[in-house]
Amino acid sequence: MNEAFSYLSEMEAEKGNLIKGLQLIQTREGYVSDDAIRAVAAYFGTPEAEVEGVLTFYAQFKRVKPGKYKISVCDGTACHIKGATQIRAWVQAELGIGDGQTTEDGLFSLQTVACLGCCSLAPVMSINGTVYGKLDRKSLSRILNEYKAKG
Amino acid sequence: MAEMKRIKVGTASCGIAAGAKAVLDGLRAKAGSVPVDEVGCMGHCYTEPMVEVELNDGSSVFYAGVNGSDKDIDGILSLSDNKRFTFPEKRSKLEKLLVTRLAGRINPVSMDEYKANGGFSALAKATSMSPEEVVNEVLASGLRGRGGAGFPTGRKWSFLAAKKEADKVLICNADEGDPGAFMDRSMMESVPYQVLEGMLIGAYATGATRLFIYCRAEYPLAIKHLNIAIAEMKKAGLNLLPGRTTPLEITIKEGAGAFVCGEETAMIHSLEGKRGTPRFRPPFPTDSGWNGLPTAINNVETYANIPVIFQIGAAEYSSIGTEKSKGTKIFALAGDVKTPGLVEVPMGITLGEIVYDIGGAEPGTVKAVQTGGPSGGCIPASEFGVKIDYDSLGALGAIMGSGGLIVIGNNRCMVETARYFLNFTRSESCGKCTFCRVGTTRMYEALERITTGKGSMADIEFLEDIAPKIKKGALCGLGQTAPNPALSTLRYFRNEYLAHVQDHVCEALACPALVDVAIDPSKCIQCKLCVKTCPVGAIDPVNNFSVDNSKCTKCNSCIEVCPKKAVSRVRKQSAK
Repeated sequence: MNEAFSYLSEMEAEKGNLIKGLQLIQTREGYVSDDAIRAVAAYFGTPEAEVEGVLTFYAQFKRVKPGKYKISVCDGTACHIKGATQIRAWVQAELGIGDGQTTEDGLFSLQTVACLGCCSLAPVMSINGTVYGKLDRKSLSRILNEYKAKG
Repeated sequence: MAEMKRIKVGTASCGIAAGAKAVLDGLRAKAGSVPVDEVGCMGHCYTEPMVEVELNDGSSVFYAGVNGSDKDIDGILSLSDNKRFTFPEKRSKLEKLLVTRLAGRINPVSMDEYKANGGFSALAKATSMSPEEVVNEVLASGLRGRGGAGFPTGRKWSFLAAKKEADKVLICNADEGDPGAFMDRSMMESVPYQVLEGMLIGAYATGATRLFIYCRAEYPLAIKHLNIAIAEMKKAGLNLLPGRTTPLEITIKEGAGAFVCGEETAMIHSLEGKRGTPRFRPPFPTDSGWNGLPTAINNVETYANIPVIFQIGAAEYSSIGTEKSKGTKIFALAGDVKTPGLVEVPMGITLGEIVYDIGGAEPGTVKAVQTGGPSGGCIPASEFGVKIDYDSLGALGAIMGSGGLIVIGNNRCMVETARYFLNFTRSESCGKCTFCRVGTTRMYEALERITTGKGSMADIEFLEDIAPKIKKGALCGLGQTAPNPALSTLRYFRNEYLAHVQDHVCEALACPALVDVAIDPSKCIQCKLCVKTCPVGAIDPVNNFSVDNSKCTKCNSCIEVCPKKAVSRVRKQSAK
């Protein structure tokens, strides 16, 4: 097995752990590369096609390397009602990227997610897991500028 | 600070998002010998971050909407009146806190504190009974599955208990995928021991030997708290049930983002490391489930109800609620209300009481509520007198669902709302059944045409024609309920559909293709903030601040930045 993924041996090589293995890789690498798929297939003794089949089924897995700051704009029902479409449009306008894309400098990537579970603070987004609620045009710009300044 | 015994800061996900960590740090820096503890969520999410100060005389003082500033921190520590919080009277009267009684009041990961508040007394009581008696007690309580479908929990348990296999599986469905619902997240974050106690009672009653919790990966704090609680219970030996020789293993499996995995056979496939597609039933999971073993699945809130049943007894539990729906229900109230949050109310309360009295919405400002998420429907304000239970909501074309309750204000478009849900179900359809895979996409396309002003009467007819076919032709709950958002809005808000189709008008000014953006010259002070903000250069400062609506993306940036409210959405000029 590719040594870069030797940490897979943290878990038992039984098939019920396949998704967990992919999650571990995504946590460590930020995405699941072709090499990672090969490593997972070898470790769990399943065909590569099946690994890819499982991973493409679940929205969580990314096949492309995301940006340093991963922006998730929530489009759950409460956020949608409270203007998630607008929030996403503003992020896109400020960063010049579409849904699922990464900025050229590799700093930001954007994805729309179904629900972050903070519906009472709608509209919300999260950046690398930190949730920002009650967003409006101003607070959104301020937050993005803070991350831009950090670089 | 002499009279203070302890300070508690709500640090569930919503509290943290509202800035509770800064409050926690600020209090810890200045509180001296008074302990400052983290607690979960009390459900008053609208006023987070929230702080409770326990006094030596046994009473408590609450503060709400505080931040980490010296002013607020010093104010709390001197018990000042600034930002003091009293629980809204109307809401307190209507609520009945049984299942969420301890949420936000105790340290979620402290087993001692859970025990000191009656925790694990239900487990002790249940295990002093025979497993059959436990199943019968749950049957007698009338508890129905809180995941949405409302199957009697006691009956499900009796099926599993009847199986003779030595190895049986009990799963906790914590894959709260319904967008707009957060009851389960809050329960797992705030009272993880209570959920686990319910599972242990379930294992005792059914003879289950393996326990799984299938939790969304989007809930890291819930997973963290559950893991700590499981480890503590193991240390205390609680996972070895009376009469057993092997301790129970409780395994948490993280979901990977697939709505359909809330369906039980899909969840089992996912737990086996496969694609989460549902399968035909029978065999039912209680006959052949996880790796072929008899398996039962219950929802987080269902398990959290179990200890309550054994604490107060099935007789008292079943005295709460309506004839066919017993106990309380936790709703995640959000959307166009003043005070969103988690509310626990007895079954049989009216929708109006929740929306107006608890949520604080002004009568006349609300058009509908949406219950049950993508599987549910929109109930118009004219029906808000309905008493909530599984059957009454079903009769209105909605469902109880897991408890998401989104209030939709007058300024929202119902066709767009239906389009939103169909977009969700079409992308979450696993693709196994043709009617669901293709049908939801066709419905979405028709709704997309209508909301962009390209629809015709044929589209409305098409929606009504295909919806029942999808319901019949789909294997699982996702497909069987997917048409509900469109059907219920067609039933109650048909005039909005007709306005979109016949006049190309969106009354709510919500559908971008049917609105223009205009600047009122009498209000405009020519400050050019809108010009600077517009991402596409659609506003011309030279030409009297006119808006080029062919360029405009209707992103609302200009409307938000205008200090004089001179910019607004108007009906599209070309509309009839």
